[in-house]
Amino acid sequence: MKFLQNIVEKLEPQFEKGGKFEKLWPLFDGFATFAFVPKHPTSKGAHIRDGVDLKRTMITVVIAMIPCLIFGIWNTGHQHFLAQGMYAGLGDGVLEKFFFGAWRVLPLVVVSYAVGLGVEFVFCIIKRHSIQEGFLVSGMLIPLCMPVDVPLWMVAVATIFAVVIGKEVFGGTGMNILNPALTARAFLFFAYPTKMSGNSVWIADSENLRANVDGFSGATALGDLASTVGIDKTSETATAVMSSFGNDGFYSMYNSFMGFIPGSIGETSALACLIGALILIGSGIGSWKIMFSAVVGGLTMAGIFNLAGANAFMDLNALHQLLIGGFMFGVVFMATDPVSAAHTETGKWIYGFFVGFFGIMIRVFNPAYPEGMMMSILFMNVMAPLIDHYVLQANIKKRQKRMVIQTA
Amino acid sequence: MEVKAGDEVLAGTPLFHDKFQEQVKFCAPVSGEVVEVVRGEKRKILEVKILADKELRFKDFGASDPSNMDGEAVKNHLLASGAWPFVMQRPYDVIANPSHDPKAIFISTFSSAPLAPDLDFQIKAELEHFKVALTAMAKLTKGKVHVSVRGGSDSSYLSGISGIEVHEVYGSHPAGNVGTQIHKIDPINKGEFVWTVDVPGLLTIGRLFKTGHFDTSRLVATTGAAMSKRSYFKAYAGIELSKALEGRFDAKSGARLIGGNVLTGATTSHDSFLGFYDYQLTAIPEVEDREFFGWIAPGLNKFSMSNTFFGWMTPNKEYNLNTSLNGEERAFVMSGQYEKVFPMDIYPVQLLKAILVEDIELMENLGIYEVAPEDFALCEVVCTSKINSQAIVRSGLDLMIQEMS
Repeated sequence: MKFLQNIVEKLEPQFEKGGKFEKLWPLFDGFATFAFVPKHPTSKGAHIRDGVDLKRTMITVVIAMIPCLIFGIWNTGHQHFLAQGMYAGLGDGVLEKFFFGAWRVLPLVVVSYAVGLGVEFVFCIIKRHSIQEGFLVSGMLIPLCMPVDVPLWMVAVATIFAVVIGKEVFGGTGMNILNPALTARAFLFFAYPTKMSGNSVWIADSENLRANVDGFSGATALGDLASTVGIDKTSETATAVMSSFGNDGFYSMYNSFMGFIPGSIGETSALACLIGALILIGSGIGSWKIMFSAVVGGLTMAGIFNLAGANAFMDLNALHQLLIGGFMFGVVFMATDPVSAAHTETGKWIYGFFVGFFGIMIRVFNPAYPEGMMMSILFMNVMAPLIDHYVLQANIKKRQKRMVIQTA
Repeated sequence: MEVKAGDEVLAGTPLFHDKFQEQVKFCAPVSGEVVEVVRGEKRKILEVKILADKELRFKDFGASDPSNMDGEAVKNHLLASGAWPFVMQRPYDVIANPSHDPKAIFISTFSSAPLAPDLDFQIKAELEHFKVALTAMAKLTKGKVHVSVRGGSDSSYLSGISGIEVHEVYGSHPAGNVGTQIHKIDPINKGEFVWTVDVPGLLTIGRLFKTGHFDTSRLVATTGAAMSKRSYFKAYAGIELSKALEGRFDAKSGARLIGGNVLTGATTSHDSFLGFYDYQLTAIPEVEDREFFGWIAPGLNKFSMSNTFFGWMTPNKEYNLNTSLNGEERAFVMSGQYEKVFPMDIYPVQLLKAILVEDIELMENLGIYEVAPEDFALCEVVCTSKINSQAIVRSGLDLMIQEMS
């Protein structure tokens, strides 16, 4: 370690102001502080500081996503083989599933990180500030919220869009209004809808499978449910779909909770999301208020639909609603992004509630957007400053009222 | 400036006065010969060095009993003798303007800061002086004098003093901060003024009334891991630290010497002098090594309010903290972090942002009048983005002073 530290200290002057590679300072600083906690002493204010910094925070979030990533890798393989009738048992061909999944998923992760960090480096050098850690999390979120069959170049384009338009134009990490990872997903969703929705992207090699395997559907739980909207819930199609949500069906409560269903890479397993939620809440990074109120919001909307019961989709058990699609993943990892969420504690309750509420509402009302969570979180990201504004106004009013009473 | 090099002064002789409020005098804490006046930019007075006599000679202001004096007389007595600068004012956290009429005076009799010295000990040792000072304070305001004592401690010594109201305050830091107490007891509104005095200041004021002398002596605590001897010693304001710390602090250790506590104190040095308001000196080690892969290491030895390090498994562990910033400054990212350590009904991050954009009206609305930099010290400690909140608050208060005068 000492040896590496010496190298860093020896190189440092060349990158500092007046040094040979002055322009590349952010790059050097990025790598040096990546390897070592910098030895900056406190210069003003409190002389002692908490051990935590943004790097540690972001890495903790990435660690919280690892259960989703690992499960996503396995499930990619599982769904692929399952569609062909191979290794149908959960314990069968574990290695094959992992290898296949890793071969499909890891390139997405690598492309997302490489492109995103590359763009960040360029911006840091142009703007001459040190590299900020925000992308460590976005870089993992982007592949996890993509369907597995998305082409690599699309991930690259979406990542560039997210980092530049989603974040850097606002001033970088901490300044963005929208969650960058969801910005990437929304960009692809609207620019290349055929690659982001439908029945041909959720299982690896869907096109091939459809051609060669009889009865291949390739749809997700939400896709199937969306097909029941607008038709009589006693019709044959609707009952067929709903039976798959029964206890023995493919989308049973158990399968949905464990995540043995097709969907975006990281979103399918509610269990993995819950492990992530535990890490985020335990470490104090993710807001339990947002997660809790979002679940309450989701259950409320789903409960209202249960009462209305106008179609088969509405009849789905409220808890089951939350376990399918990106609801859990969105609530745990996307909605809690501290920058784009509400900043005030009271605001977080409101923000979280409506994330869940609108998430379920959009997915049921508008079958064209089966993934309501993305729209709902982005919408609430935009609304968050407004919520905060009113929370602040309440505080200001209280203060003004106090003044009037005192001086009257 | 009222003296020049070569002048003989007594303890209590005015050295210089406030440029904007001429009646506020700053007096010599010791008697002796003025050897040097150090000036900075724009001839700002930085230091007045006095070679102290062996035997201290005091200027006699005459002993007096504040219970027989009216407010104006008490005020003039304090102003003339150099004890006035102990009276601080909120808003703005500056020396009080004697022409104001404060709505209340707040006194915190205990400090909850890290390694804080036991003020009760000093009060009990000079109880008479303390009581006289409180009586004097009661004359300065038409409102109340709020005296806060640590919850559960014996406050019977405060009974029988007229014009004061005693509050028991429970909780950990910043419960002892006078700002927290003001906010919880009687918050400041726009246009109102509140005065505060700390315990060593009150004792000096008490001695002034009892003996007629401007006597700034106080018990100074040496604290912190890098002090070789942690103890109390008696000293006057402005004492040479190299002499006072002999045997207590090793100047060659390279540790950081702080006048005050680790949260709000100012960095000082071994060849400097004891600050007017300081009654605690802290020494902690400077950061020496870069830590390898700190962002991923388990970090069992890292102190953190967050549970991102595995220190949460050993909740009662004691840490030896150094001056490391433990990271680099970033934009605000996390939310809800400050609120955990900030006890006021104020939105700390939003207030800081209002200060950064210099929005006077918003600062007012969000409660700038109620805060002082020290109230933000804990926010600064826990901040993931390493924002220097105390400096920001100070700049906000300075801006308000400019705009409001």
